[in-house]
Amino acid sequence: MTHLSTAARADNPYSVAIRDLDLDFDGVRVLRSLNLNIHKGEFLVLLGSSGCGKSTLLNCIAGLLDITDGQILINDRDVTWEEPKDRDIAMVFQSYALYPQMTVEKNLSFALKVAGVNKEEIQRRVSKAAEMLHLTPLLQRKPAALSGGQRQRVAIGRALVRDVDVFLFDEPLSNLDAKLRTELRVEIKRLHQQLNNTMIYVTHDQIEALTLADRIAIMKEGVIQQLDTPQTIYNKPVNRFVAGFIGSPGMNFLQGQLQLQDSQPWFIADSALAGLSVPLTHYPFCADLTGSKAVELGVRPEHVVVGEAATALPVCQEVGVEIVEPMGSDTLAWTRLAGQAFSFRTDTELNLKPGDRLLIGFDPARASCFDARSGERI
Amino acid sequence: MAKIDGMTHSSLIGRAAVTPRSVSPRVRRRSTAAVAVRATAVVETQVDEGTAEALATAALQQLGQTDSVQPKPASRRRTQQRYGRLGIYGFLLLSALFFAIPLYVMIITSMKGMPEIRLGQLFSLPGDPTFAAWIKAWSQACTGVTCEGIQAGFFNSIKITLPSVALSILIGSINGYALSFWRFRGANLLFGILVFGAFVPYQVVIYPMIIGFREVGLYGTLTSIILVHTMFGMPIMTLLFRNYFASLPSELFKAARIDGAGFWQIFLQIMLPLAVPIIIVAVILQTTNIWNDYLLGLIFAGSDNLPMTVQLNNIVTTTYGVREYNVNMAATMLTAAVPLAVYLLSGKYFVRGIASGAVKG
Ligand SMILES: Nc1ncnc2c1ncn2[C@@H]1O[C@H](COP(=O)(O)OP(=O)(O)OP(=O)(O)O)[C@@H](O)[C@H]1O
Ligand SMILES: [Mg+2]
Repeated sequence: MTHLSTAARADNPYSVAIRDLDLDFDGVRVLRSLNLNIHKGEFLVLLGSSGCGKSTLLNCIAGLLDITDGQILINDRDVTWEEPKDRDIAMVFQSYALYPQMTVEKNLSFALKVAGVNKEEIQRRVSKAAEMLHLTPLLQRKPAALSGGQRQRVAIGRALVRDVDVFLFDEPLSNLDAKLRTELRVEIKRLHQQLNNTMIYVTHDQIEALTLADRIAIMKEGVIQQLDTPQTIYNKPVNRFVAGFIGSPGMNFLQGQLQLQDSQPWFIADSALAGLSVPLTHYPFCADLTGSKAVELGVRPEHVVVGEAATALPVCQEVGVEIVEPMGSDTLAWTRLAGQAFSFRTDTELNLKPGDRLLIGFDPARASCFDARSGERI
Repeated sequence: MAKIDGMTHSSLIGRAAVTPRSVSPRVRRRSTAAVAVRATAVVETQVDEGTAEALATAALQQLGQTDSVQPKPASRRRTQQRYGRLGIYGFLLLSALFFAIPLYVMIITSMKGMPEIRLGQLFSLPGDPTFAAWIKAWSQACTGVTCEGIQAGFFNSIKITLPSVALSILIGSINGYALSFWRFRGANLLFGILVFGAFVPYQVVIYPMIIGFREVGLYGTLTSIILVHTMFGMPIMTLLFRNYFASLPSELFKAARIDGAGFWQIFLQIMLPLAVPIIIVAVILQTTNIWNDYLLGLIFAGSDNLPMTVQLNNIVTTTYGVREYNVNMAATMLTAAVPLAVYLLSGKYFVRGIASGAVKG
């Protein structure tokens, strides 16, 4: 979002606007009163677990599904009942969906031919797209004779030649191996910076989401849980679902009570054995506190400080290491804090072994506190 | 077959979708056998078509396939398998002989002269092979009052078969395409009705159809027989194409829609070229079916357009003096030549299409 000028946004507020969208499949509500506004030139990532309705939402935007209720606007034009081709969108599918009997060139030019664009213009746009995606030497091949990465580039090229405002990507990289995925991820990012189109990108790979997105929309069961920048989603998840979904390795959740002692908020961990009291004086509460309630305190493994440095933090305890998971760049260690499983990231240099004892600490101001019952951030 | 008894209609259809083998040329007449998934059913239906050879290759291919997926068996199991395999070979050989022997008798009889036939040595080779009976069957044998051989029937059958095959495949493929991609309201109901049509014994509707055609003045014309074949072929063709198109990724269709292609553009430019394997299967099914038809041709075609099968029957049943077995045999061989040729030329595609091509592009 940083590269967007506020002026441009004011002129043309939204590239895609979705209002109170409902969608039923045979009486089962898959999307419920969904609202989503996407700025011009924005890279929005839809992230969520399998079956939460990401593809469905994308298909609704593309016009491939008839919606049950609501409104879809693209460039301030109501396209709710328009044909896909009249919506000024292009879409890239997970399975590439290239036309198997056509060469790469024919695949790229198909849409333009259907639209009746003249020959020179087709030629010009196809070769431009092919050049951008390094497909020029492959133009005369059939899709069967291409590698996965090349096929996906052709699929992207097919969207590119149409010269539209909004690009829809449905998990375009999930069929590729890890290395290729990283490469194409960068290529998509570069493409976005060159073209400055609006892009809506579905994935369930959170690394992809965090690296590509201007904003991320986290979905669960057809409802958008949080729509915000990657930083905010990572640092201030609005509920326990988002907190657990984003971040790898996952966030630690400590069960306990939120209590006011001498008008200072404290987190008291539920524990029969060693107690743990966390002062939440500097925690950015969303609302005023009233009385005590059951909560979960979320702490990211990478926010835990190990060793002498921990003594400077409000929370500091000596713990024993139970399990060590080396992850290459660093190591994930599991221990118990107030009797509850707790993980933290450390330097590989430390060479931890199960049974080692060491000091760990964290800053409660960076933690997240969720209502145990509703799961909402407090 | 007892297994599928309890199933609902729709689950039968679902079954048909995943087991393209089940789409047999005999669906109309032997619906249960057609839907059965067992290998025996395949054997039965294909033997019916009199192509033991194709059957053997199909079964062997299958044997090979199931074999290769299995993990390395213990030696005991391997011997068991070997016995099992011997049993299957034995069975296949018997089935092949069952159809090859009559064929052999027909061919050698058609090449003998009448005195030699009267000796009654059914299996002996002809002492003086001659094609005289074939020529007579083709151009001189009596098919009722005229004696111009079976050639008129041959051309009639061509006139009936070509348009009927083309039309029924065209309609079936459009239906199948519309039903599997354009999920309009009531599509499933429509499909249900169409498939139900495949299981209605056609004797039931012949009389109403005769009346219908008579009312519009088409009864007994080439048009009427073509329409009849097209109609009766439509359910099975629709089923075949719908299941084929349903096996293509739906994203292909979505991509084409986003690219701006309409109903016919997607059908003609994207889907039809992808359907070549199943079109070949459909051509074989329909050609064999329509060429072999007797009853409908007799009823609807009118006396000027009687198909070859009807003419053949006339030759065999008309007797002026002696019964000429060699001519009868030759006429039968001539009549069977077209389906046989279609089968031999494209049997490879047929088996491939039925075994795998029908589900993969
Ligand atoms: N054609 C359909 N008919 C009925 N239900 C459907 C249909 N398509 C999807 N659904 C249901 O809608 C829900 C959302 O599906 P959708 O494909 O949008 O999930 P998704 O978020 O894209 O998942 P994934 O990450 O696995 O692609 C799922 O529960 C799915 O079962
Ligand atoms: Mg999906």
